[in-house]
Amino acid sequence: MTSATPKLWNCAGGIHPPANKQQSLQGCIRTAVLPPQLIVPVTQPLNNPPQLCVHIGERVHKGQLLAQGSSHPGLAAHAPAAGKVTAITEHQVPGMSGVPELCVVIDTDATDTTWPKLPVLDYLHTDSDALIQRVADAGISGLGGAGYPAHSKLQSALHKVDTLVLNATECEPYISADEALLQQHAETVLNGCLILLQITGATRCLIGIEDSKPQAISALRSHAYDPRLQVMVIPALYPSGAERQLIYTLTGKEIPTGSWPVDCGVLCHNVGTAFAVARAVMHGEVLVSRVTTITGAALAQAANYEVLIGTPLASLLQQSGLDTTKLSRLISGGPLMGIELPHAGLPVTKLTNCIIATTGQELPTPPPAQACIRCGYCAQVCPIHLLPQQLYWFARSHELEQAQAHNLKDCIDCGACAYVCPSHIPLVQYFRAAKAELVQAHDQRLRAAHSKQRFEAHQQRVASELALTEQRRAERTTLAKQQPATTNSSSTAAQDAVAAALARVHARKAALKPAAADNKDPPP
Amino acid sequence: MNNLQPLSSPHGHAGSKTSQVMLQVLLACVPGTAALWFFFGYGVLINLVWLTALAVALEALVMLLRKRPVLFYLRDYSAVVTAVLLALALPPATPWWLGLTGILFAIVIAKHLFGGLGCNPFNPAMAGYAALLIAYPAPMTRWLLPQAVTHALPDLATAFDFFLDRDVHGHIDAFTGATALDKFRQQHGAQLVSEFWQSTKVMGQWSGAGWEWVNAGFLYGGLYLLYKKIITWHIPVGFLLAIAILAALFYDGGSSQSHGSPLMHLFAGGTMLGAFFIATDPVTAATSSKGRLIYGALTGSIVFVIRAFGAYPDGVAFAILIGNMAVPMIDRFTRPRTFGHSP
Ligand code: SF4
Ligand code: SF4
Repeated sequence: MTSATPKLWNCAGGIHPPANKQQSLQGCIRTAVLPPQLIVPVTQPLNNPPQLCVHIGERVHKGQLLAQGSSHPGLAAHAPAAGKVTAITEHQVPGMSGVPELCVVIDTDATDTTWPKLPVLDYLHTDSDALIQRVADAGISGLGGAGYPAHSKLQSALHKVDTLVLNATECEPYISADEALLQQHAETVLNGCLILLQITGATRCLIGIEDSKPQAISALRSHAYDPRLQVMVIPALYPSGAERQLIYTLTGKEIPTGSWPVDCGVLCHNVGTAFAVARAVMHGEVLVSRVTTITGAALAQAANYEVLIGTPLASLLQQSGLDTTKLSRLISGGPLMGIELPHAGLPVTKLTNCIIATTGQELPTPPPAQACIRCGYCAQVCPIHLLPQQLYWFARSHELEQAQAHNLKDCIDCGACAYVCPSHIPLVQYFRAAKAELVQAHDQRLRAAHSKQRFEAHQQRVASELALTEQRRAERTTLAKQQPATTNSSSTAAQDAVAAALARVHARKAALKPAAADNKDPPP
Repeated sequence: MNNLQPLSSPHGHAGSKTSQVMLQVLLACVPGTAALWFFFGYGVLINLVWLTALAVALEALVMLLRKRPVLFYLRDYSAVVTAVLLALALPPATPWWLGLTGILFAIVIAKHLFGGLGCNPFNPAMAGYAALLIAYPAPMTRWLLPQAVTHALPDLATAFDFFLDRDVHGHIDAFTGATALDKFRQQHGAQLVSEFWQSTKVMGQWSGAGWEWVNAGFLYGGLYLLYKKIITWHIPVGFLLAIAILAALFYDGGSSQSHGSPLMHLFAGGTMLGAFFIATDPVTAATSSKGRLIYGALTGSIVFVIRAFGAYPDGVAFAILIGNMAVPMIDRFTRPRTFGHSP
């Protein structure tokens, strides 16, 4: 039990949006009804092809492996319930890109047959590699944020970190999945932290939680008997839970841009991940469900559900009493960084922490943007200390170099700037577009450099072939004439010099050409 | 559910609006305006109405010409704010054509020729004011004497006569006179400050009869804007501190060579209006906190330099315009350090 109040570092910026979490924290976590069909995404990180372990028509048991990575880092996917595989197909999932992902479709049945669980591990007497393997076998990805496989994050942190940060801030409005989990299962979450400490060899685990969650804080405090676990209560402020901001607040370490927290000796995981790790190690369970907040004014009753991965949103919304006449938009995630979904047929993924079924009154569509009056409110709240009003200017006029010079890349899309902008300018939308343009320009440059290389190599080949034929011809001429040896040799030398000079000019022109062409027409 | 292009995050908003920001600024002008009205009569109200009407009409016209939705742009109230600030800066006995010229310059040239709200490098109201000061120095420096000095103010009819440029009875000379800042400039070198102060009623308690209250009114409005977080403290504090410090440095105990006490400079002329309402115009000021402090200090210093050594009695308009020119450079050198970047 820790009682001393540890020092906190102050992060500038941030906003105080209304929390709207009470709606979904009225009761305990409910178990969602088993839907008739599950749509389980099996895509792998970095767009690697998945290695499928089932085929269409096969009957699968709960917990059975559906797919795994064919290369590192892979992410195992398991059947959340027993049933029959009816399709393996691309399906739209709630994601930033909106690109359909490969999913295994399971028609569930009520037989509830289960695949044998993994053996229970005594983590105190298991080595790191075996524990990491267990995290991998259980198919655990980060349950908040980017969803990177937890085991590869752990692998990269091995023997490199001294501090583990548990992100329990859940600073975005509406989302209360982690808070509910902590209220009911703080002990399991803390066990997960101990396992993560054991794996990484870190000496302390800082648990960052906002002061707006008193119940979760007391649950944590009453179970944090290990002295390495430090519950650190931080003031509620959005986005205090952004990884780098949280690390700074808790440790005073400012992770330099371009490097990762592990490079600075810190590893950050969130509550859901720690919970899943504990279940996997201490109970041998694979990750087939998660806690998701189903909330919004278009529902009769908001609540947190333990949901099987792959459950279509429609099923969850129905259980919560969705009033379709009131529904204006469906949002996956919170109101500040969430994604608007096209329809309710999309499945819950390992990353889906919240679904908001909102009405036009609750989250109204923004009015048309007015001119930027340079009031600077956006800059005052930016947690990264960027100048959104300048970035907006550059993004709008496609001045990518200026945008880059003003560190557009460091923007975390938190939306604080757009939230306060009195002119209702969709700043984040502009920034996303500009960042995509930057990536595109980078790709283009790479490709241009590549083709330039190829072109130069080609030119060199041509030039050397030309030189060779020239030389042969010269040799032939000398052989044929033979007599005025002295004068001839000097003229050949002059010819060679001319040829070489020509070749140089060609090469230079060639080098200039693709670079100039690049500016105009992008390669297809 | 709509099936249109999904909206980008964030899906919520704090609820503030540009129009509200502008309306708060207008509201904060009330105490200072009331003081102007009380001490200098109806002229300021006539100017307010006249310039506001002109500004709205001009803004609408320009938006029509630029083929933009007129009502949408009028609703940001920025044209009204420009008109009000110019009206408050103009002398209260100006003829109609002076205001017309000023607002024309402000809205059409200083604002829209540079691309409209947000793109204008110069504060439109001050650009209009400076243009008038250069083109028509005589009417621009002809202030009414405050009520405390004359014990009578032009009545409404006379004020309209001034406005319509119909000064048949030569009233205007009876009511106008040098302001405290003018007097101070003219007396320069002749008397000790204390003697001079006693020799004329125009000087009021510390900075010019009536003017003390006008400035107090704008100070009050400015504090309201700070309280409402419409503006940050950096520009006013930089502005006022610069004036106070420079004035203190050059005060030299009130000798005949003195340039006036800090208190006099803080509460004279357009100091408070400039500090809280004009220099803080976000469009034309520096953006970062540090930059705003520098910008405030720069403009405040120029105000003092013009007052003490320049050819014009008050320097707020020129100071702001010069400050505006320095803004891009200030912004470049005061960019905040991005999180995770080395300084
Ligand atoms: S908050 Fe909006 S209006 Fe104000 S400076 Fe930023 S982008 Fe411009
Ligand atoms: S979205 Fe980007 S620019 Fe805006 S506040 Fe967040 S980090 Fe700053």
